[in-house]
Amino acid sequence: MGKLFNVSASPHVRSKDSTQSIMTDVCIAMLPATAFGVFQFGVHALLVVIATVLGCVVSEYVYEKILKKPITITDMSAVVTGMILALNMPWDIPLWIPVLGGVFAIVIVKQIYGGLGQNFMNPALAGRCFLLLSFAGKMSSFTMDGWTGATPLAQLKAGESVDVMAMFIGRIPGTIGEVSVIALLIGAAYMVYKKVITLRIPVTYIVTVAIFAFLFGQQDLTYVLAHICGGGLIFGAFFMATDYVTSPITPNGQIVFGVLLGILTGLFRIFGGSAEGVSYAIIIGNMLVPLIEKYTLPKAFGREGKKA
Amino acid sequence: MGLATFIGGVHPFEGKELSENKPVQVLMPKEKGTLAFPMSQHIGAPANPVVKKGDHVLMGQKIGEAGGFVSANIISSVSGTVKAIEPRRVASGGMSNSVIIENDGEYTPVEGLGADRDPAALSKEEILSIIKEAGIVGLGGAGFPTHVKLSPKDPNAIEYILVNGAECEPYLTSDYRLMIDQPERLVGGLKIILQLFDKAKGIIGIENNKPEAIKKIRELVANEPRIEVCELLTKYPQGGERSLIYATTGRKVNSSMLPADAGCIVDNVDTVISIYNAVAKSTPLMRRVFTLTGDAVKSPQNYEVKIGMSFQEVVDANGGFETDPEKIIAGGPMMGMALFDLSIPITKTNSALLCFKKDEVAANPETPCIRCGKCVSACPSHIVPVKMMAAALKGDCDAFEALNGMECMECGSCTFICPAKRPLTQAFKEMRKTVAANRRAKAMAAQAQGGQKK
Repeated sequence: MGKLFNVSASPHVRSKDSTQSIMTDVCIAMLPATAFGVFQFGVHALLVVIATVLGCVVSEYVYEKILKKPITITDMSAVVTGMILALNMPWDIPLWIPVLGGVFAIVIVKQIYGGLGQNFMNPALAGRCFLLLSFAGKMSSFTMDGWTGATPLAQLKAGESVDVMAMFIGRIPGTIGEVSVIALLIGAAYMVYKKVITLRIPVTYIVTVAIFAFLFGQQDLTYVLAHICGGGLIFGAFFMATDYVTSPITPNGQIVFGVLLGILTGLFRIFGGSAEGVSYAIIIGNMLVPLIEKYTLPKAFGREGKKA
Repeated sequence: MGLATFIGGVHPFEGKELSENKPVQVLMPKEKGTLAFPMSQHIGAPANPVVKKGDHVLMGQKIGEAGGFVSANIISSVSGTVKAIEPRRVASGGMSNSVIIENDGEYTPVEGLGADRDPAALSKEEILSIIKEAGIVGLGGAGFPTHVKLSPKDPNAIEYILVNGAECEPYLTSDYRLMIDQPERLVGGLKIILQLFDKAKGIIGIENNKPEAIKKIRELVANEPRIEVCELLTKYPQGGERSLIYATTGRKVNSSMLPADAGCIVDNVDTVISIYNAVAKSTPLMRRVFTLTGDAVKSPQNYEVKIGMSFQEVVDANGGFETDPEKIIAGGPMMGMALFDLSIPITKTNSALLCFKKDEVAANPETPCIRCGKCVSACPSHIVPVKMMAAALKGDCDAFEALNGMECMECGSCTFICPAKRPLTQAFKEMRKTVAANRRAKAMAAQAQGGQKK
């Protein structure tokens, strides 16, 4: 017998998409918001992004090296975590703080639970919440153009008026990546176009927040729009709530998840002590994902009427 | 409303342009060469050889007799001498008892081979018996004996005869060429089937990436009140039996049903043409239309080959490979069987040989699941591959069944779409076999117990 050919069970072809290509697309989708943040807040914002990404990637590499596991930094998932975490930082934060957050996100939240695909919380968000609890002052003071100001949502909570157009463009104080709605939407459109995400989670999330704000806040268009554009909702809905690992895989579950996040965010914002609530809403939502999936499994084709 | 289709599915690279415009060439076997006829070319019991070593056989002669009701005859495609009856390896990887015939190059036919016959003058029983004698099975790949399929419990309950012209597997073009080159035979075959079912309507489902075939057949059936053409959206696995039934009739068939339970019978294009050949032209199933394609092939081509020729002969007729392939596949890339080598005989169900320079499976090692949910959206059975995989990795048959794992049709959509390149379908095949074996064992144990009580 001559040379034998490769054999394997079917199918014998694979789609072009890979974990790496998807993660790279997510990074590309965050570039407009990153660029806007750097343009608005200056070079230190760029340093924050670079430091956070390096913190994540290097800690993943070192962790895997020490434990003699395969090195997975080329799958780009640590870069995504680093970018999301960085875009959640005030631009003038001392660099060691986001680096610490990155190490926490990768080592404690992601790797200790088994690495990519095994973490039950969004690592970047868990890292952010860790920093919010540990360095509350530094993490929530936002300066812009030389003065420290309240974020629009804080103003709204205090009963002041806000400029929705400025929020849409991003001329407001806030974290590096959350401020410009238009830059975020460009990135989101790219992800939808590349089929990285579907609109199920983000749209149900945003619509629920809007309805909640209308019902329990003020019946005023500017007020509702400010809730949509402010407080990192757009960033959270498109880039954090859609994290594959920590959101439901079932289509109906994704809708339930979006509604749940919307209600939690509305509760935190309108009835809670703080003006914001996206991060905590998503973290809590993450923990309910197994439960949501359990009750939203699709009905098998041809067995809709029967019990599984 | 858009085109008829199903929910789920994927869009693999089609690759049909390599061979779709090549009219079918008749390829004759080598003179004095040998042909191998496995006795198991269908689902069901293997056929029993009815010739012995040293016998002289004629072209069109029955050499294997159906070994039961769900079984099919095997017909010699050449005249010559029986050299041996021995096990040979077949495309599915196993061994099958095979009749080996040395071709005398004369092609001496049995009496009456090729004689015209008027189907309208035949009774239903006569038609069924001709189809059975001709050894016709589902030529789309499954190989279910056609006379069995055409004998449902209640023929009056059959409302639709669906001709599967979707050809949703990438690269394959044999059905397309038949629809372009022999549409009259296709329509003729369908009319013969409709003769068996008084209440049925014929629907020919064709994907919209074959506009020429749709146009041609539409013109041909313009005056046929019982036949229509249904244009289908191009999407894999549109030609899967359950997907096709849903797309054309809106009915749903699950794993514990037969299409006949939904009033449908589905037959592939080449099967219908073979019925025409057998009934109207007195020609049993001895040939099949076969696509040789892929980037390692010199000149991709559609051939009409004699069943029993080896894959090697077809490749040789094409002038050998352009480049040495890493992988060769009998059938399509989504559900076909990878072959070790080319010495395997072409059987009734082998519609193509695909030769790829690069093996995409070896080039894409498995990585961790990122729970993207793409497999869930792609699954045409609306089950949850990612959770079934977790059950499969633990070998948990109960969990696998609870997740409706037995509804999996092994179409490969989930494995294709998976960005982490996980071998989902492959794991499910194993699990489905295990679960089915457990069920059989349980049923047998229950039967044995019942017998004891008596």
